[in-house]
Amino acid sequence: MELLMASAIGVMTAAGIYLVLRMRTFPVILGLALLTYAVNYFLFATGRLAVNMPPVLRKGAETYTDPLPQALVLTAIVISFGMTAVVVMMALGSYLSSRDDDVILPPEDDSPREGDA
Amino acid sequence: METVAGFLPIIAALPFLGALLPGLMIQAGRNTCAAFTAAPTILALALLLICAPSVMRGEVLTLGIAWLPSLGLNVNFMLDGLGLLFAGMILGIGLLIILYARFYLSREDPMGQFYTYLLLFQGAMVGIVLSDNILLLLIFWELTSLSSFLLIGYWKHLPEGRQGARMALTVTGMGGLAMIAGMLILGNIAGSYDLSVILTQKEAIQASPMYLPALILILAGCFTKSAQFPFHFWLPHAMAAPTPVSAYLHSATMVKAGLFLMARMWPVLAGTPEWFWIVASTGLITMVIAAKIALFKDDLKALLAFSTVSHLGLITMLLGLGTRAAAVVAVFHIINHATFKAALFMTAGIVDHEAHTRDIKRLGGLRHLMPITFAIATVAALSMAGIPPLNGFLSKEMMLEEVAHTRWIGPHWLMGAVATLGALFSVAYSLRYVAHVFLGKERSDYPARPHDPGFGMWAAPALLALLVVLIGLIPMTMVGDLVQVTAAAVTGAEPHVKITHWHGLVPAFWMSVVAVLGGLVLLRLHAPLAAIWEAAPRPEAKAMFDAVTAAATRAAARFSAGLHNGALMRNAAVFSVAVLGAGWLAWQGGGLREPTREMLPITPLPAIGWLLMVVATVLLVACHRARFTALVLIGVVGLMVSLGFVYFSAPDLAMTQISVEVVTIILLLLALNFLPTETPVESTPGRRARDALIALAGGAAVAGLTYAVLLRDFAGESISAFHLANSYKGGGGTNVVNVILVDFRGYDTFGEIIVLGIAALVIFALTDAVLRGAGGRWLASWDRENRPRAGDRHPLMMVVATRVMMPIALMVGVYIFLRGHNEPGGGFIAGLVVAIAFLMQYMASGYAWAEARQRVTYHATIGVGVLVATVTGVGAWLAGRPFLTSDFGYLHFPPIEEFEWATAIAFDVGVFLTVLGAVMLALQSLSSMARRAGETVNVEPMDIDPTRDGEEGEGR
Repeated sequence: MELLMASAIGVMTAAGIYLVLRMRTFPVILGLALLTYAVNYFLFATGRLAVNMPPVLRKGAETYTDPLPQALVLTAIVISFGMTAVVVMMALGSYLSSRDDDVILPPEDDSPREGDA
Repeated sequence: METVAGFLPIIAALPFLGALLPGLMIQAGRNTCAAFTAAPTILALALLLICAPSVMRGEVLTLGIAWLPSLGLNVNFMLDGLGLLFAGMILGIGLLIILYARFYLSREDPMGQFYTYLLLFQGAMVGIVLSDNILLLLIFWELTSLSSFLLIGYWKHLPEGRQGARMALTVTGMGGLAMIAGMLILGNIAGSYDLSVILTQKEAIQASPMYLPALILILAGCFTKSAQFPFHFWLPHAMAAPTPVSAYLHSATMVKAGLFLMARMWPVLAGTPEWFWIVASTGLITMVIAAKIALFKDDLKALLAFSTVSHLGLITMLLGLGTRAAAVVAVFHIINHATFKAALFMTAGIVDHEAHTRDIKRLGGLRHLMPITFAIATVAALSMAGIPPLNGFLSKEMMLEEVAHTRWIGPHWLMGAVATLGALFSVAYSLRYVAHVFLGKERSDYPARPHDPGFGMWAAPALLALLVVLIGLIPMTMVGDLVQVTAAAVTGAEPHVKITHWHGLVPAFWMSVVAVLGGLVLLRLHAPLAAIWEAAPRPEAKAMFDAVTAAATRAAARFSAGLHNGALMRNAAVFSVAVLGAGWLAWQGGGLREPTREMLPITPLPAIGWLLMVVATVLLVACHRARFTALVLIGVVGLMVSLGFVYFSAPDLAMTQISVEVVTIILLLLALNFLPTETPVESTPGRRARDALIALAGGAAVAGLTYAVLLRDFAGESISAFHLANSYKGGGGTNVVNVILVDFRGYDTFGEIIVLGIAALVIFALTDAVLRGAGGRWLASWDRENRPRAGDRHPLMMVVATRVMMPIALMVGVYIFLRGHNEPGGGFIAGLVVAIAFLMQYMASGYAWAEARQRVTYHATIGVGVLVATVTGVGAWLAGRPFLTSDFGYLHFPPIEEFEWATAIAFDVGVFLTVLGAVMLALQSLSSMARRAGETVNVEPMDIDPTRDGEEGEGR
């Protein structure tokens, strides 16, 4: 099972990195989403895998899953939603404003400002 | 005594607190402003004087306040003789400068600003000399660099001022960085960052192999601050500052900070050959070179600047000699130099102020026009030249005496000869200041008619000149005790202080005679020598500095342009490779323990899920150009991720993931409404191969890391056990994940909902900005007719189904919320579920219809959510407990069973509201774009009006 988990995280990471390196906003967003899955899974996995163990305190239960990574990942999922929403909006704004959805700054925005020497 | 020591932090804090006053008081007039600047200084000085008697008795006042004891950073203050001398100089001369500046600054200059900067600087300086903790000292040290930057660049309209300020900040700032490193090394050797401890560790420090690096780094800080060769070049350029600044920073205080630190560290760092060679040689070279340059400067302030550098070199050299007697002389000369040099700067400022020039070539013959200024300047300059019986003479004689007995490189007389040469130049430029400015024939072509200024302006230099004379005439009465106490603090022993005018026909006497006579000859020959000097090539420090900084700027620009060329691809690729490299490096540094965990067996169900996830991911990459397909595929991946959470005993996560998944997909779908639906093929196959390589390497690394982690147990003891054990006992809930969120780590969650709320507001603001700009105009003119669209925009079946679903979904949301403390659920998930319930209505009947039925704006929902969470947290204060401490208990209603309440549930309400508001605000922003694009707005819930047979709704 550990092998499945590790390889799934690896596949999602690889796909995420590849998509993030694309030149258009939409694939980059998808790549970020994949990376989010991978990172959340990784954080979750640091609690080690547990199947059929109670996550909630029960009378008579001896072992539990690790609640700490779960709490961390729960907030991470919600925050990454916020991040995705902002990024989507940025992509949309840039496309609507410039009719272009690539992820390259136009040269005039990139030129260094002249100092006052 | 303890009460007296209690004043120390107040003395250091007063200037900082007082810095607020001038800016406020400038409205009340310039005199009031100056008075309110002087008040904190006077108060601090008074407190210092209260402390003075105990210090003069030889006590060392200390006061410690623990700040970050774990880092060794304590707000420890100490006042010994050295601190007393410097604090007295800083505050005393500061007071004179405040008076002088009141009359020096013109009406156009923003005086409030000036005084604020001045007090900030004063506070930083006082902080340096009172610090007992070297980390604290470093903070003040950097503050002096920053505040002096503001002061030097005070005349912002002058390019020289800005450039000079920048140069000073660059040089002293870099020295400060070096010093931080040196101080940390020193602290490590001594095992404490407290000076009082470090100063007792002489043997350990000097025996340490890190002694030399620490020494060099600390000296780099001292030398840059005190403008020692080869870092002397910034000081003359800092002369672009207003003269009060020059008089204060560049004669009495900031440049002496380096000397102070060398004196402070003298007990532990001095006495070694390294110290002697580095410090004494630097001082000697600086003294002679700067004195020679000073002679040929025509700008009054430049002359004084280089003379200052020269005298700082002299003091540095004395400290470098490493003998107690030399340290005594150094202390004495610090006092003398402060008196005569501050006075000289002020007279230079007066000349500049009245004659409107400080070019010596355009001056001369001012003695009758400005008799008072002339008198003050002459006394101070003669002291600088070392003419008896003024105070400069006394310390110079003592210096020459020390040097005459010291063997440097080469023959035994060499150091004495070089020092005499320096003194000779010193005589020449000092006398030139008098001769070429005040003596000579009166001219008719001054830029302005010079005359003596009002009393307010010459009072300060006159007082200093008086001190020069008095210390010269009766040195032991005036400063004998102070020098004694200070030297005792510097050397850590009781030195023998005896200052006399006549030592007999010792070598120093003859050296002095040679210096004075030679100086007179040199002054006589000044015109031809200056011609030679002008003709000879010499290195121009400013040009070199500019070249170096320009080259550094270019290199930095090229470097960052290489990493960051404006394209995200480059950035992301560099980042990925860098992370991989860092991970690889870290991997090299440690070993891998043997696996300690048994592998869980692979069962069919998760294997199928895994397969689906991997296939969907691979397909996603392959088909990412068809964006709708890609969206479907990422939905599959997300679903599998949620199921994975279910399988691995994390129901909370699964519920969160699946609801977030729904919202995210809707968001992306809405976005695709505007974005192109296809991604064009742009990158070359080579680039795609490169990206694939990076991606595969990253994936393999992460997979390997995860696998390694999963097969091993925790290296240390996990804190999860604590949470499991205390969740019910302390938090009153059995769902440990939820209790962690709302209780154990409530502060994190509190921060998180704020972040989420901010993200939603950012989205709102972004949308607003886009719609107001070019994006909005384009949307309004968008031709949507050619786009394929669904026949039914608001189908009857969907409308009916969502209406039925609404109460059920809301009930589920409430249920999930309420059970959250004890069963999987909670505010996060409930917020998402309820948001989805609302979203269904929006999708079914359109935005306008739903909005018309919305009572509360989503901004308010977010705000109320954060507020509720805050109030819950603050509520704990009322019970006298820290922020966000939760409480719980049980209520018994006889007919019903036991009923639990917990304050955490109120906090969870805040979480719920914030999540709901944030999600809805994000989607509302998107739909506002659609409306701008001319989407027709429906007022009816559905396209077909069932009451009117066969007719279409008004929305069409």
